[in-house]
Amino acid sequence: MPLQRRPNEGESAIFLRRDNIRASFKPTTYNRRRIRPCKQPMRPRRLFHLTTYLLIAVMIIAGPLGNVLLGMGMKHIGEFEMWPPSQLLHAGLKIFTTPTIWLGIASLIAFFVVYMLVLSRADYSFVQPASSLAYGVVALLGYWILGERVSPLRWVGIAVICLGVFVVGRTNPRTAGRV
Amino acid sequence: MAAPILVQRGAFRLRQLIIFTLIVVAGTGGELCVSRAMKGVGEARSLRPSDIVKVILRALRVPWMWLGVGMMATAFFALLAALSIFSVSFVVPVTALSYVAGAFGSAAFLGERVTTQRWLGVLLVAIGVALVCLGSH
Repeated sequence: MPLQRRPNEGESAIFLRRDNIRASFKPTTYNRRRIRPCKQPMRPRRLFHLTTYLLIAVMIIAGPLGNVLLGMGMKHIGEFEMWPPSQLLHAGLKIFTTPTIWLGIASLIAFFVVYMLVLSRADYSFVQPASSLAYGVVALLGYWILGERVSPLRWVGIAVICLGVFVVGRTNPRTAGRV
Repeated sequence: MAAPILVQRGAFRLRQLIIFTLIVVAGTGGELCVSRAMKGVGEARSLRPSDIVKVILRALRVPWMWLGVGMMATAFFALLAALSIFSVSFVVPVTALSYVAGAFGSAAFLGERVTTQRWLGVLLVAIGVALVCLGSH
């Protein structure tokens, strides 16, 4: 089932995308190459969507995983004093010589790259609500990997946060021009 | 390393407050500064590496960019400090408060119109964070 009609000759694909923002809660993907009419055929749509969903899945796992790894590394270091500055420097040195911290940073960078990739394929108003699932994933990973106790009230709170981010994301992503 | 601060409950609360304020305010402030810088710079003309490098070089000349990156780095270290004390499933949901700060900040600082629906979402996030905080005791 085609999610949107193909752009006519000389019609911008971006415009079609705008019309579709509220039409359906599916990633309205578009092919950059179609903005100008060209001979190259479009990639199969179903495959394109599948890859987008897969990238989103990677995104909502890599982000929380990065945070969990950072948490793991910082728990290993333990609490540190922040004053005087020499103590802070000492703590900083310890932080940056912990391999788990670097793994966490790598995971967060991977998250960021995938986030950019997803944004280039799908609407922000689709990506942001979808990424709110990360708050649930972080609690799950904390529970499974770090053995954290998550109280029922905290689960409810996380669910409400997800809902809130979902509602925020379903609004028009651009209301202002250049500053 | 022993933490004598933990002994004093009041000081502990203050420290907690400072760390989370830093995460939310510095993080959101940094994003707002970067957003402001990038809106002045404009978008990349294409995804070719040469065009992207040009945009990055132009962005680095804007002071807002440096301020933004500095604030985001501060927020990252505050996040590390928070993670050394609290559990991940508490820290990360609380950082969602940045949606609240972002709504106020973008309205005041970037001149964006924040719709009723977006305020509703922000309110829900705030309620969720309050529940997470209540659930941690």
